[in-house]
Amino acid sequence: MSRPDTGQTPVLRLENIVKTFPGVRALDGVSFAVMPGEVHALMGENGAGKSTLMKVLGGIHQPNEGQIFVEEQATVINTPLEAKAKGIVFIHQELSLAEELSVAENIYLGELPRKSFGRVDWNKLFAETNEILGKLNVSFDAKARVGDLSIANQQMVEIARALTVDAKAVIFDEPTASLTDAEKVVLFDVIADLKSQGVGIIYISHRMEEIFKITDRISVLRDGQYSGTLTTAQTNEDEVTQLMIGRSLDLSRNVSHGELGDVALEVRGLSCGHLYQDISFEVRRGEVVGFYGLVGAGRTEIAETLFGLRDPSAGTILLDGKEVRINSPAEAIAHGISLVPEDRKGQGLVLGMNCRDNMTLPQVDDLKAGPFVAEGAEVAIFDQYRDRLDIRTPGWRQLVGNLSGGNQQKIVIGKWLSMHPNVLILDEPTRGIDVGSKSEIHNLIRDLASQGYAVIVISSEMPEVLHVSDRIIAMYHGELIRTFSSEEVTEDNLIQAISGIRSDKVA
Amino acid sequence: MGALSKFEIGGVLARQGILIAFVLFMIAFTIANQRFLDPDNILGVIRSSAILGVMALGVTFVVISGNLDLSVGSMMSFSTIVVLDLHDKIGPALAIPAMFIMTLALGALIGFLVGYLKLNSLIVTLGMLSAIHGLTLTYSGGKNMDIADKAGTWFSVFGQGSILGIPVPILIFALLAAVLGTMLAKTPFGRKVYAVGGNGVAATFSGIRRARVVFMCYLLSSFCVATAGLIQASRSLGSQNTVGQGLELEVLAAVILGGASLMGGSGTIFKTVIGVLILGFIQNGLLLVGLQFYAQYVVTWIIIILAVWLDIAAKRGRLWSPIA
Ligand SMILES: Nc1ncnc2c1ncn2[C@@H]1O[C@H](COP(=O)(O)OP(=O)(O)OP(=O)(O)O)[C@@H](O)[C@H]1O
Ligand SMILES: [Mg+2]
Repeated sequence: MSRPDTGQTPVLRLENIVKTFPGVRALDGVSFAVMPGEVHALMGENGAGKSTLMKVLGGIHQPNEGQIFVEEQATVINTPLEAKAKGIVFIHQELSLAEELSVAENIYLGELPRKSFGRVDWNKLFAETNEILGKLNVSFDAKARVGDLSIANQQMVEIARALTVDAKAVIFDEPTASLTDAEKVVLFDVIADLKSQGVGIIYISHRMEEIFKITDRISVLRDGQYSGTLTTAQTNEDEVTQLMIGRSLDLSRNVSHGELGDVALEVRGLSCGHLYQDISFEVRRGEVVGFYGLVGAGRTEIAETLFGLRDPSAGTILLDGKEVRINSPAEAIAHGISLVPEDRKGQGLVLGMNCRDNMTLPQVDDLKAGPFVAEGAEVAIFDQYRDRLDIRTPGWRQLVGNLSGGNQQKIVIGKWLSMHPNVLILDEPTRGIDVGSKSEIHNLIRDLASQGYAVIVISSEMPEVLHVSDRIIAMYHGELIRTFSSEEVTEDNLIQAISGIRSDKVA
Repeated sequence: MGALSKFEIGGVLARQGILIAFVLFMIAFTIANQRFLDPDNILGVIRSSAILGVMALGVTFVVISGNLDLSVGSMMSFSTIVVLDLHDKIGPALAIPAMFIMTLALGALIGFLVGYLKLNSLIVTLGMLSAIHGLTLTYSGGKNMDIADKAGTWFSVFGQGSILGIPVPILIFALLAAVLGTMLAKTPFGRKVYAVGGNGVAATFSGIRRARVVFMCYLLSSFCVATAGLIQASRSLGSQNTVGQGLELEVLAAVILGGASLMGGSGTIFKTVIGVLILGFIQNGLLLVGLQFYAQYVVTWIIIILAVWLDIAAKRGRLWSPIA
């Protein structure tokens, strides 16, 4: 990882960019440059302005002040199409695909190959798409309907889009938030490839391991201001964290072993068609059980079954020792189950609704003053969780859709914490959350357990499951391979288990 | 801070655009014709808008929940015919509740089909438009319906009476707007209507019973239709089978003019009332400046398109979309 040659001209340069929204100064004079063949990380807390800065580059937002230079030529970028024409490709944090269309149509949207009379050349379209998909090593083909793909696969479609143009600069806004480790490897190969072709790459992520693995330089934003650039090879996580949040973090593995209470949730022989089979486990009060596995291992589907969204084909669910049938989320909530779902935009939030109303939505029937919603009580709940989770928003009236991705995720977490559930299920709880808040959320999960909550954490991030869980359940292709206690688990045996290798349980 | 406050003014403009357009229309018409701002004229406009307005209140709920209701016009004809017919048969005191029950049953049927069976609301209510029309004609045998003793019935109070100088239809409209407006803005049910229309999946994930909410919206809509039918019947004391024909589009126009999104999840009762008044005053203003009655249909359409366009333009901050 060499330092970029200082004699080169940057592919992209931003000078003193200012961008305001009503009540928010999202970017406050940010300057920043990307060299050809460089992977440049952009880091910062949730709401620091990273996505906004990239949207300015991508022609989605117009800056109030400041200038953009493409290869040192002052440029105005009015629309995403203009950005693309100038060789700037933007892979968004929030997916923006047409669900009803095929993978191929999504990738070539707006520029489908044509035959005579303007007819779409489907053969060419599918062939070219499959070629790109081949490079990405994915499990679906060009004709698949995007809506049928998992979030991770949809992300791969977004990435495939970037490979169809002759790019000068490619922006990745948290591309790995929903990718598995295997998919990440593919993505990093793609990035290395682009880099060797002299493309400048801006890479936004909250994951330190990745940043240190693939980037050359790291620029940090803080509260909309540029706070510095570090050379990756000459710095460390602590220094970056300092620059981001002004303090360092204690990242030690602090699994506390408080007293375990009664079994709050027990699942016996649960199956759901081909999605998962014969799953049995229990969660005690005061315990965090982690579910680790690859995307598609059936973890989310188990959570959805417990939350009344899927009918199990066999097996029983017991809450506090009593067998229950859960037919709808409303019933699950009545039984004291909360689910932080994996797709915050699709399942977690009403984007056009304000922060407060989103947070209190599941309990709006209980927060009543006479026949009306007790708005004072709602504001109190919102304030409490805004402080506890450090949610950055100008106020509860802000529409959730206007918050940064990580702050949206915190609203979802606050929404379900405020239900004070008996059983709390979190599916990828820290997706898109910055390092500081992430460790706060991990601490919070541990706190909840020690307060007697029974917690299930589904995560594709090994450090996360290792960090928060008392026990870890490894799944592979819908099967429960093994349950590890926190003493016996190691990274190696965990990786083996989620690849389907059943090592005999050592005593 | 200077830049911020400029943006805030922009935000206010975007939110209150319809209100501002309304004031501008009023000023323009007043300059064109002095009679426009005459209190009698104003009261007259509001009174003639009341039937449309009452229906628009219910449709607002349906639209915010993310659905359409194109059956309200023909359902209103049904209510009117039924209550007029029963008036002479069983007396007004029984005819009114009987008509309400029948109309609510129709609303419940639509609510069941759209809410619980999850059928497309456009198809269901478009079908209902013609099915209810058929039902009305079958019921009446195609004949006009008239009350025998028009002078002697207290039934006329809903359409023709007035209290303290204010016409009863306006009072009913105002009362219903206040009640339903409070319900939408302040109660848990109202909140759920917004959630279901804004993101149905997220609403389900929040434990909201979507089907029930949609069902209730259609039931409310049919309640408003029954009320509108009552006013209509009481005002004319006799009616054709097609009295509500075409009203579904005017109602929808008023709701959209008010700024509710057809995608669901946004709109308020207050805005719908403004939309109803704009439509009423524009139609009245056009008559006063001497436009032929039938030309109004076209002008109304143009105004709706303008309103929708300006609404979208305010949201994206320019008049046309830069994205192809
Ligand atoms: N359209 C908008 N309207 C109002 N405020 C906005 C809008 N878009 C972004 N913001 C605000 O601008 C700030 C910066 O947001 P941005 O999305 O750039 O953060 P980010 O650094 O990408 O955070 P994350 O790591 O959570 O993705 C936030 O306070 C956000 O609420
Ligand atoms: Mg972001």
